[in-house]
Amino acid sequence: MATLGDLERAVMDLLWEHPEAITANTLRDLLSQRPSATEADSRPLAVTTVLTVLSRLEKKGLVERERATRPHRYRAVTSRADHTAELMLEVLGSAPDREAVLARFIGTVSEGEAETLRKLLGRD
Amino acid sequence: MFWTSWFLAALAITLAWPAPVLLSRAGWPARAPFSAMVLWQAIALAGGLSMIGAMLCYGLVPLGGSLSSGLHGLLRVVSGQQSLDTLGPVHAFALSAAALLSAHLVFTLWLTYFRINRQRSRHRDLLNLLSSPSRDRPDTLVINHEAPVAYCLPGGSRSVTVLSDGLMTLLSPEELHAVLLHEQTHLAQRHHLLLWAFAAWRSALPWLPTSRLAQRAVSSLIEIMADDVALRSVGKSTLVAAIALVASGPARLPAAELVGGGAEQIDTPATTSARLGRLLTPAPALGAGTQAAVVAAALLLLAVPTALLLVPGILA
Repeated sequence: MATLGDLERAVMDLLWEHPEAITANTLRDLLSQRPSATEADSRPLAVTTVLTVLSRLEKKGLVERERATRPHRYRAVTSRADHTAELMLEVLGSAPDREAVLARFIGTVSEGEAETLRKLLGRD
Repeated sequence: MFWTSWFLAALAITLAWPAPVLLSRAGWPARAPFSAMVLWQAIALAGGLSMIGAMLCYGLVPLGGSLSSGLHGLLRVVSGQQSLDTLGPVHAFALSAAALLSAHLVFTLWLTYFRINRQRSRHRDLLNLLSSPSRDRPDTLVINHEAPVAYCLPGGSRSVTVLSDGLMTLLSPEELHAVLLHEQTHLAQRHHLLLWAFAAWRSALPWLPTSRLAQRAVSSLIEIMADDVALRSVGKSTLVAAIALVASGPARLPAAELVGGGAEQIDTPATTSARLGRLLTPAPALGAGTQAAVVAAALLLLAVPTALLLVPGILA
């Protein structure tokens, strides 16, 4: 049985592939077509499950809903690349508490120091 | 009580300024990171205890000869059995300051915990969507990005180490192993709890030299401790190469330009240089006797204000 986390991932992957807003029904159909869906779980996915996942993602600020039409259509708030950039900015950035949030292998290095290191390593 | 309060105040001032300045300039902490870490924690705890204790004892002077009789007296004043006049404005002010400082410290600790946890869970949400689990390593996620980055995200049983594609192409398998050992040590030794406590200490009292110096020292000491554990399994040259390669890598990427400059960075470049310097020109570890003496001194530092507060009549 796929967990909610796996489903959230699959839904986001599909929404990123379809920049135009799509309905929960379309999402359910696309999810059932995935090759991995059949081997992991043979039971058909209910639209209510998809809706639950979508509302969770909406709460997390990752998905937005178009309420103009019925049924509602959903789309990803930003692209996958933008989310990755946001994540990396958090990792590389210098937010006050970042140190305590996550521990990086190497802290921020100044350009001058990086230059010295590159020379030491014999790279340009 | 009067002398106790003055002695505690002197201790608080020593631990707030000269002691941390001297310790942050000393060379031996890199040779005995564990003992130094214990000492920094003792300085922070004993400093906070004597700061609050000094004000509390001074405030209670008119009400009793010891902490317990003074607190009983305070209870009588609060419940109206004794007039507020016995306390006087100066002592009442000291008591209020002690209460405010305690509340401020506890509240900041809680607030920092809450903020860090919220950032972590948001980060974990995004990670779950954007990364894929490593095929051959447990509790490791791989994120698709060209910057060579490795970090760990603590969270009990959900703790993970995150590696970027850029890092995996940059480093050899041996070097990657060194990086993973380093990060796993942060998680195994619960370094995030230390960083949390000292981050809270700093945001509670940002104007105090000790809180800034302590946070800096602690974040550099945990890196040294993690390096030491990695060195038990990988060669020194492997770890040096990994540090140098990762440190010289991301400066060229656009992300580094975006985040460079601006806010003050806690893990200063000095940390990376100090780590490399320590590996390239190693100094022998501090002798076991000296290290034990440092830990004993740290425990004594904690015991003195505790005893002064709890045992009546030490400084009659």
